[in-house]
Amino acid sequence: MNSKLNLRLQAGVAVTAILVALAGPAAAFCGFYVAKADSKLFNKSSKVVLARDGNSTAITMASDYQGEPKEFAVVIPVPTFIERKQIGVVEMKTIDHLDAFTAPRLVEYHDPDPCEPMMYRRGVPMAAASPGVRMADQLASVRYRGVTVEANYDVAEYDVSILSAKESDGLVNWLTDNGYRIPAGADAVLGSYIKQNMRFFVAKVNLDRMQLIGAGYLRPLQVRYETAKFMLPLRLGTVNADGPQDLIVYALTKNGRVEATNYRTVKLPSNAEIPLYVKNEFGKFYQALFDRAVEREQMRAVFVEYAWDMGWCDPCAADPMTNKELVELGVRWIDSDEAVAFRTRGSGGVNAYVTRLHVRYDAKSFPEDLVFLETRDRENFQGRYILRHPWKGEAACPAGEEYRKGLAAQFRQQADTLSQLTGWSRQEIDQRMERSGQSPKGR
Amino acid sequence: MSAMLAGRFWSDARHYQIAALGTLLTYNLGWLDFGARPLNSALAIGASLATQALCSRWFGVPLDLRSPLITGFSLSLLLRADEAWVHALAGAIAIGSKFVLRIDGKHIWNPAGLAIVVLLFTPAGVWISPGQWGSTVWFAALLCFFAILVLHAARRSDVAIFFLGTHAALLLARALWLGDPLEIPLHQLQSGSLLIFSFFMISDPRTTPDSRLGRFIFAASVAGLAHWLAFFMQMRPSLYVALFALSPFILLIDKVLPAPRFAWNAPSPKGVSS
Repeated sequence: MNSKLNLRLQAGVAVTAILVALAGPAAAFCGFYVAKADSKLFNKSSKVVLARDGNSTAITMASDYQGEPKEFAVVIPVPTFIERKQIGVVEMKTIDHLDAFTAPRLVEYHDPDPCEPMMYRRGVPMAAASPGVRMADQLASVRYRGVTVEANYDVAEYDVSILSAKESDGLVNWLTDNGYRIPAGADAVLGSYIKQNMRFFVAKVNLDRMQLIGAGYLRPLQVRYETAKFMLPLRLGTVNADGPQDLIVYALTKNGRVEATNYRTVKLPSNAEIPLYVKNEFGKFYQALFDRAVEREQMRAVFVEYAWDMGWCDPCAADPMTNKELVELGVRWIDSDEAVAFRTRGSGGVNAYVTRLHVRYDAKSFPEDLVFLETRDRENFQGRYILRHPWKGEAACPAGEEYRKGLAAQFRQQADTLSQLTGWSRQEIDQRMERSGQSPKGR
Repeated sequence: MSAMLAGRFWSDARHYQIAALGTLLTYNLGWLDFGARPLNSALAIGASLATQALCSRWFGVPLDLRSPLITGFSLSLLLRADEAWVHALAGAIAIGSKFVLRIDGKHIWNPAGLAIVVLLFTPAGVWISPGQWGSTVWFAALLCFFAILVLHAARRSDVAIFFLGTHAALLLARALWLGDPLEIPLHQLQSGSLLIFSFFMISDPRTTPDSRLGRFIFAASVAGLAHWLAFFMQMRPSLYVALFALSPFILLIDKVLPAPRFAWNAPSPKGVSS
């Protein structure tokens, strides 16, 4: 292929920065963080992997919790009783890999010599990789009225209990007495889940076992169950939130794209040509683009960042996921768990499809839990932003003259696009473009 | 004379309905995407019209393309499938059912509703996207559909109000029971699918009970069954299944609570239907 087509890999730094930057202030996703002491806890953004085949559901939850492990605690409503074998921990790097694989990407093209028209041109994109109790006495039975500890499990570095309850008061008392700090206002939400026959999966860190295992950080917890409810409980997490929170959902399914049934699901603007100087601030760019998209939809939409057949990618933002990793994340319908790259097998064969959804939510704009639907739509979509390098060599021919005349218009278009996508001032964009040698004025 | 003709033209609620649904579909295709695609919509509408033309000829009834146009628009706005031909199939099933599945000279199921249920329970891979309208479009559509209903006071459109009223009351009651904030039932009502269902399916005058009390009983039963299916059986979309399951009881309701039968644009009730 033509040597002018340049394939380069950009380091993962850009998008790693994004995730940090995108992280809003806040609390939690499906559950809420609660502390034993009054220490400040932060849960900037959460990641949830949802693998679903029919009613079989695996939910893996990760967050960038940075507090003391001993103060980590989580309460998650679950639709059924959970046995020990349905709970596990997943390596963080597996989720990081999926995150990198599905991240919004920056691609780069180089214009060819306009004096040497090619028979055909194919841009080889470059990828930017990714971000990423016990009740003993009578007193207790009154105080914890209606609460049943259905099971206690040791799960790697976590102590897990499955609770059912009949009244929110008893549940709040139980949780408070067992070191889960329950924010004010949570009892109404807990009461609603109790009436919907939900159980509660509660987990705390067991420091002794954590030391024994030698885990340096908290690994994501995974729960697997059968349920007709394809949903993600958000409401508890909004109770103690001091502002909107970000959540990224990676839905792994057999048939096709996943969308929300009770909120608008919107594809983010993509495939836009933007000025070259954005290369060094892709994180800032993507954050501004996302902020603006959220604003446009009045923070009432779920955004699609990536929706693609898991068997291939173009351009690939990271190495393909292996069968082993997919099975670890709950994709148990594929018939192999070998450490080889996953490939879709023919029609009627084994399929996996990933939808990456990004939600910014608070109690006001997302009053109801997210409910999902798996569609049969297998159309591919990715958040992809394009840098187009102009031809810099000699071009002493009429076509070269034309090409050069057209550049200023092209740069203006890129400036317009950038301004529209991010809301950045057009004047500042023009100045930055001038400095980087892309003059929209045609000099 | 022309004024009279124009007056007569706009006296038929279907013309307003066609205008409203057409505007909604155009808005979807041109501005705010809520899932309809030009080819799919053209296939659904084309197949509905073609099936009506074929069946009218076959059964020897006068050709009237207004009802199949409404069916085609409804299918375009509601039904989603990966394969384009499924949309054409939906149109053909919908209109075909109107001619074939009849008892006592009256079709039993709302055409678009029947096609949706049939396809949902076959491996055709269809789905309904109820959450894609957004609240602005939802409110505009609600006002518009409601205005058509009130202006025309179509004798049987009360069924839409009965249904929406019962449905909203059930959602509110559930929220009160759960101790949920009011925002939740209000949010649950903001579904485009609910509007099309209320104003164009359950309120289809050809497939509603003849008496007012009958219509109230029918609408409330559909709302009740849909609520049970959605919240206790986790079945979504439940509205269409509930309507499908209860439609055969219209014949029974009409026997118990008899009243004159409906015909479009007919000054006096007649038993002819197209």
